[in-house]
Amino acid sequence: MQTPDTIFRSLSDPTRRAIFERLCRGGEQTVWMLTEDAGISQPAVSKHLGVLKLAGLVGDRRDGRETHYSAKPKALAPLLDWMSLYAGFWHERFDHLESLLNRMDQ
Amino acid sequence: MTEETRTLVIEREFPHPPEKLWRALTQPHLIAEWLMQNDFEPVLGRDFKLHVESPRWSGIIDCKVLIVEPNRKLAYNWNSMGLETVVTFTLTPTKNGVQLRMEQSGFREEHARNFHGAKLGWQKFLGNLEQTLARLD
Repeated sequence: MQTPDTIFRSLSDPTRRAIFERLCRGGEQTVWMLTEDAGISQPAVSKHLGVLKLAGLVGDRRDGRETHYSAKPKALAPLLDWMSLYAGFWHERFDHLESLLNRMDQ
Repeated sequence: MTEETRTLVIEREFPHPPEKLWRALTQPHLIAEWLMQNDFEPVLGRDFKLHVESPRWSGIIDCKVLIVEPNRKLAYNWNSMGLETVVTFTLTPTKNGVQLRMEQSGFREEHARNFHGAKLGWQKFLGNLEQTLARLD
């Protein structure tokens, strides 16, 4: 499972959010269909799709020469579960605390 | 209010004496090193602020000291952007050092979307996604 951090980062870009929302609403689409709506170049759309794919938010399916992309909104579950975000926050702070204790005098 | 709240618990054992951990939890310059910038004082009822600076946690957390039991227990309110929780640290001596238990209580579901959405300007986006997720189950 992807961490909330990866998901946050992948959705921090408004264009990527728009692409992801479009896939959530419109179902499976090719990069060309997405490019028509996005107002940016096809390579740029492909790059955004790559980032979303790494975050587990988008899946792809080859069909001949075409690749069809679809949203995997379930990957967002950790982001909507805000307690998991706080848990991540405290674990990280405890790491800092541990390193601080190692540096402190008795 | 009959609304249910949730509690987050994080525990970790540190190979250090409880007194040392207590200093890290209660001395402002040490708190700043692991948690956040602050004007904390270990005085019951004292108001203080934690300052957060990061892309996802920017802002100020308003706190009030609720429990000060040296080397054993520390609790304060943790209020930020409508989120009203209580953070309690409990120190328990162990054979090798000290066990630290952090409990953050008072999480309410209704605040989740507002809280994170407001921070990121994503209210609408998260709201839409929540609906999308709800339809999937």
